[in-house]
Amino acid sequence: MIQIALKKKMKAAIGEMQIEVDFKVKEREFIALYGASGAGKTSILRMIAGLLKPDKGILKIGKETWLDTTNKIDIKIQQRNIGFVFQDYGLFPNMTVRENLNYALQKQQYKNIINELIDIVELGDLQNQKPAKLSGGQQQRVALARAIVRKPKLLLLDEPLSALDVEMRAKLQDYLIKVHQEYNLTTILVSHDMQEIHKMADTSYQLDKGRILKENKNFISPDFKTEFTGEIIQIVREHKKLCKVIIKIGDNKIELKSNLSKMENKKEGDKINVSAILKI
Amino acid sequence: MEWEALFLTFKLAAITTFILVIISIPIAYWLAFTKSKIKPILETLISMPLVLPPTVLGFYLLIIFSPSSQLGGWLQEYIGIQLIFSFTGLVFASVIYSLPFMVHPIQAGFTKIPNSIIEASYVLGKSKLTTLIRVMLPYIKPSLLTGIVLGFAHTIGEFGVVLMIGGNIPGKTKVASIAIYDEVEALNYEAANEYSLVLFGVTFSILLIVYLINGGYIKRSTL
Repeated sequence: MIQIALKKKMKAAIGEMQIEVDFKVKEREFIALYGASGAGKTSILRMIAGLLKPDKGILKIGKETWLDTTNKIDIKIQQRNIGFVFQDYGLFPNMTVRENLNYALQKQQYKNIINELIDIVELGDLQNQKPAKLSGGQQQRVALARAIVRKPKLLLLDEPLSALDVEMRAKLQDYLIKVHQEYNLTTILVSHDMQEIHKMADTSYQLDKGRILKENKNFISPDFKTEFTGEIIQIVREHKKLCKVIIKIGDNKIELKSNLSKMENKKEGDKINVSAILKI
Repeated sequence: MEWEALFLTFKLAAITTFILVIISIPIAYWLAFTKSKIKPILETLISMPLVLPPTVLGFYLLIIFSPSSQLGGWLQEYIGIQLIFSFTGLVFASVIYSLPFMVHPIQAGFTKIPNSIIEASYVLGKSKLTTLIRVMLPYIKPSLLTGIVLGFAHTIGEFGVVLMIGGNIPGKTKVASIAIYDEVEALNYEAANEYSLVLFGVTFSILLIVYLINGGYIKRSTL
């Protein structure tokens, strides 16, 4: 069990904001934090990692205590065994893909995990390239693999897919699920993409102004969900903000409502991903 | 033309640059990341040689380190270093005089490193020193190169400080820039021209190489 209780006064654009959260995460659980920007999601993740100091708080990871402000315990970032994936990847540009992963090896750690991870995220062909030569999706796969090298107790993902296009995002989500299961990780994801959260998380917390507004148990396992790629036949504007989208999938046509702004860049004939959730 | 003066100039520049690299990296690191309130004061002090007439710096160094002063006397008596009219003194003065030329580019380089790269290294369990050596310094290679070359070239071009603290002792403190002045005073324009041409050629080539490398005309990985 992981216990997270954090308090911190932050200076936000709209004045002062108090972050105050208290929640527990089960081992091997996949948690998502979502909410408007400025709600404190990233700050919470950074406090767990040790990159930001809370005013008060407790962090217990199983039997280990990483932070306990009343007893003046505050373990250094370096000693908290976490994997952190940044929105802008944070790859070392002077090292190749393989060297980036090697850098993460701890003393006396076996090197075979590097090969294993390169296989899992399918980067074998690119392992001797420098990050600058890779696409956004490939870079994020390197960052993900690098974060796992240390076999972290906790994997923290800070909007890892927000810079990627829809297709790449869906692929990366599959890698994330694969890695989460393969390495028995406990994962906390910050995201603002509800679809992503539905697809991956077991539990999600909605944050607003630094506090947890709502807890959702997500009972959809990835098995109950499937994705199709269809072709847009028609987009019909129905209202100021809404539109109806007619999509062809195989030989069938379906009709879906969507936000007009989301369809702005789409036109007839474009490919689009449609996911379906089986509710039982 | 005496080769001795030229040799002395390059020896001075090389030693000064070496010392500058070693002390500028920690100073620039501190300046780039500190939140201390005394940062502007230290920044000002380091930048002073940019605006101060070199003779002012030379004059004060002369006063402070002259054997008749307290510090100068103590240094000579207990450590056996004489900083006035000696090569050691020239190195010391040059380091101070060229410090901003080395610190500024390195500091600018440090502040341009994306936070996530530094944090990624910490999160992977690496210490600040490991992160500095393996991630940050490679990242700022162009800035380091700029600093090294500016420090070296600026030391070659020194005149005022060197003359004040070093004087004009052949083989010891008579560097090329002073030799030029000497030759002109003696109306020996030909010798002055020879020194000048060598200095011009060398500094031009050094700076050209830097611009070529940092501009990407020469592949950086060959460094």
